[in-house]
Amino acid sequence: MRILGLYNYWIFIILMMCGFYVVISSGNLIKKLVGLNIFQTSVFILYISMGKIIGGTAPIVIDKAVVYSNPLPHVLILTAIVVGIATTSLGLALVVRIHEAYGTIEEDEIHAQDQEDAL
Amino acid sequence: MIAHLPALQVIIPLVSAPLCALLPAGRAVWLAAMAASWLAFLIAVLLLDQVLAHGPISYLMGGWPVPWGIEYRVDVLNAYVLLIVATIGAVVMSFGRIIVERRIRLPESKQSWFYTAYLLCLTGLLGITITGDAFNVFVFLEISSLSSYVLISIGRDRRALTASYQYLIMGTIGATFILIGIGLLYVMTGTLNMADLAARIPAVADTRTVRAAFAFLTIGVSLKLALFPLHLWLPNAYAYAPSVVTALLAATATKVAVYVLLRFFFTIFGAKFSFETMQLDKILLPLALVGIFSASVVAIFQSNVKRMLAYSSVAQIGYMILGISLVSVTGLTAGIVHLFNHALMKGALFMALGCVSFRVGAARLDRMAGVGRVMPWTMGAFVIGGLSLIGVPLTAGFVSKWYLIVGAMEKGWWPVAVLVLVTSLLAVIYIWRVVEVAYFKPVPEGQAVREAPLALLIPTWALALANLYFGLDPSLNAGVARHAAEMLLGVGQ
Repeated sequence: MRILGLYNYWIFIILMMCGFYVVISSGNLIKKLVGLNIFQTSVFILYISMGKIIGGTAPIVIDKAVVYSNPLPHVLILTAIVVGIATTSLGLALVVRIHEAYGTIEEDEIHAQDQEDAL
Repeated sequence: MIAHLPALQVIIPLVSAPLCALLPAGRAVWLAAMAASWLAFLIAVLLLDQVLAHGPISYLMGGWPVPWGIEYRVDVLNAYVLLIVATIGAVVMSFGRIIVERRIRLPESKQSWFYTAYLLCLTGLLGITITGDAFNVFVFLEISSLSSYVLISIGRDRRALTASYQYLIMGTIGATFILIGIGLLYVMTGTLNMADLAARIPAVADTRTVRAAFAFLTIGVSLKLALFPLHLWLPNAYAYAPSVVTALLAATATKVAVYVLLRFFFTIFGAKFSFETMQLDKILLPLALVGIFSASVVAIFQSNVKRMLAYSSVAQIGYMILGISLVSVTGLTAGIVHLFNHALMKGALFMALGCVSFRVGAARLDRMAGVGRVMPWTMGAFVIGGLSLIGVPLTAGFVSKWYLIVGAMEKGWWPVAVLVLVTSLLAVIYIWRVVEVAYFKPVPEGQAVREAPLALLIPTWALALANLYFGLDPSLNAGVARHAAEMLLGVGQ
């Protein structure tokens, strides 16, 4: 039962591995970015779930509350989300430029064109 | 004013970056960026001076007490790394204007943005180095990484785009691993302040979470510092980036990542946990040795000189990691002093190559025939940088090799010392290939190549002469490095 009780961490690990696998296995530059996004999002879940305390309320000082959730990890991950958006948009901008320069976004075709240039 | 130096170190380039985006392209924006980067240099000098005279500085951002607020903590080690980063940042900026105007694939209306990205990159690197907060390291790491992806992508060759993309993927994976590691440490200790983490980790060190955090941080930082075999992003990124960018990144970005490694393993986890419990040195040492050897061999077979020097950078990072994995005062001194010396030699070499490709059009070996005779000053600087890279006596490179070999001998590891010498010979081969083509091949008919302009030569020679100066008088680089090594190992104070 303890294993099931930690389901949020299981989701984190499964998502992380899915994202990581897509980044490594996919040859399409856009799909790689999708994988990277899933990978980053899994870490958001890790941070968010570690701030949660069972029975805790929002961290506002009110009379009846005794236990509060920890707001710090949530704030931290807000920063990481912003970083994730910046990374994705920069990555997509690069893919647009790569498509203009090579006419394709498939990794093996780009590689083949580079090999031809080298000859 | 003096009390706020640690904050100004980061804020000046940070605020100047958007300012540069507002200025029109040309001299004005360059002067603004110059002012910002030389001010950052001045602050780094003052900080190191203060730290050496009065000991570590603790600066509380916004006056919030630790461990709630973010602390900027400057001790000997990061004051030293700050000085390296700020020096290279300022010198390369002085070098940058002509290259940006004539050699970068950017329309004139967008040239100001180059300086914005450059200063943001500098901000990130200085921020990683100065902060005493683990999460802040991640934020600054991403600031410097995102801006360096932009800087790499504006190279003239279209392969710069794919190199930048590849770096983006690898760099983001590395940074996310670091983020996971920091998160797991936070779960166990409830703090992000580095000094506080160091105090609280021993109580929970024997848990799987802390060991997992250690592993994530090791991989993440190793990706960032391009430790063999995680170096695959580096050669293309350095080879196709504009020469200004390569000089900046090669001399600073990987050095800062090595600093992060030192900070996490020695200050936060402590040498005892990292090297006795986790036995990290047993992984780092073979990887460093294989990296030094294989990257040096690959460098010999490159026809693009920039790519050759990029592989050489992978090997040089191996020397730093080798020094660290000796886990002795001499070994650490070697690693830290090589941070400084490698910044000087690679800065000089990549800037000299920048001068060559400015006149010749490309940094390819077959295009460099006879340039030694038509561009004597440029190639002179290249040769000095090359000698320093090899580790010839009277150059800065000799000082680091000396400490490295002494460190290996202290442990009685003869094969390691021999390997350092053998790989130095490999460096002789790849530097010689360039020297041979540049000095002994005839200049091709009808090629009108002149010496590079003074605006490029002066910064290049400043770094080349620094290589000689710090080889003759190693009291600053090696002296401070030793001080930092003793502090990290907690001895001799």
